[in-house]
Amino acid sequence: MSETVKKFLYLNRRAPYGTIYAWESLEVVLIGAAFDQDVSLAFIDDGVYQLTKNQDTAAIGMKNFSPTYAALGDYEVKKIYVEKESLEERGLTLDDLQHLVWEDEDEDWAEKDSIHLVSRAEMAAVMEDSDVVFSF
Amino acid sequence: MKFSIQINEGPFQHQASDSAYFFTKTALEKGHEIFRVFFYHDGVNNSTRLTTPPQDDRNVVERWADLAEKHDLDMVVCVAAAQRRGVVDDGEAQRNGKDATNIHPKFRISGLGQLVEAAIQSDRLVVFGD
Repeated sequence: MSETVKKFLYLNRRAPYGTIYAWESLEVVLIGAAFDQDVSLAFIDDGVYQLTKNQDTAAIGMKNFSPTYAALGDYEVKKIYVEKESLEERGLTLDDLQHLVWEDEDEDWAEKDSIHLVSRAEMAAVMEDSDVVFSF
Repeated sequence: MKFSIQINEGPFQHQASDSAYFFTKTALEKGHEIFRVFFYHDGVNNSTRLTTPPQDDRNVVERWADLAEKHDLDMVVCVAAAQRRGVVDDGEAQRNGKDATNIHPKFRISGLGQLVEAAIQSDRLVVFGD
């Protein structure tokens, strides 16, 4: 592929259903994983709803793609930033989100948390530190 | 500078494609390089040659095609997004058993890897959309 390694940030801003942005963002993340870049995901605004657990889409006739987030660790996606203020504004806490982990092969495949709760100011720094921001 | 452009919205409904067009045109006129223009989400609808706006309006599709002709632009339509939305070339029609095609010959259908590659190869990826 390419020898260049860039810091990729996938910025997810919208609710999981209602529009297709969240689902098609995830498709880019999965394809992009083959390119061996330094990947981070960020969830802000209504985007934090994408990670909520126990999603049930039966009544709206849409595919529930939320189990895919649990597979991100297998795609070497280890850094998932969730904005604290966005959760709070929606009455959510970390406990409402899926427990996402990745396995550290340097530590006998120990499971480590992928989700990092960050403040709005820290999220700005994450964006500033990125080479490429895919905004969805 | 080497730019790539991502367009996430359809023509006419949304100004994203217009803004992306003017950005791309101006960047080229200023001597910058456009590595690739990538159409994603409803942005794939910018590539149908069947588009027929009223005569006193701009033709978003033909305008992109003219710019591509003039500057040899690489305009790529995401295959997964295109399949969902019925944007079809000869290969896709054959693969999926469709009885028609609608893509404009200045565009080509390819995978999301083309977007990721564009982001890696370019100095800046500029995203147009909501």
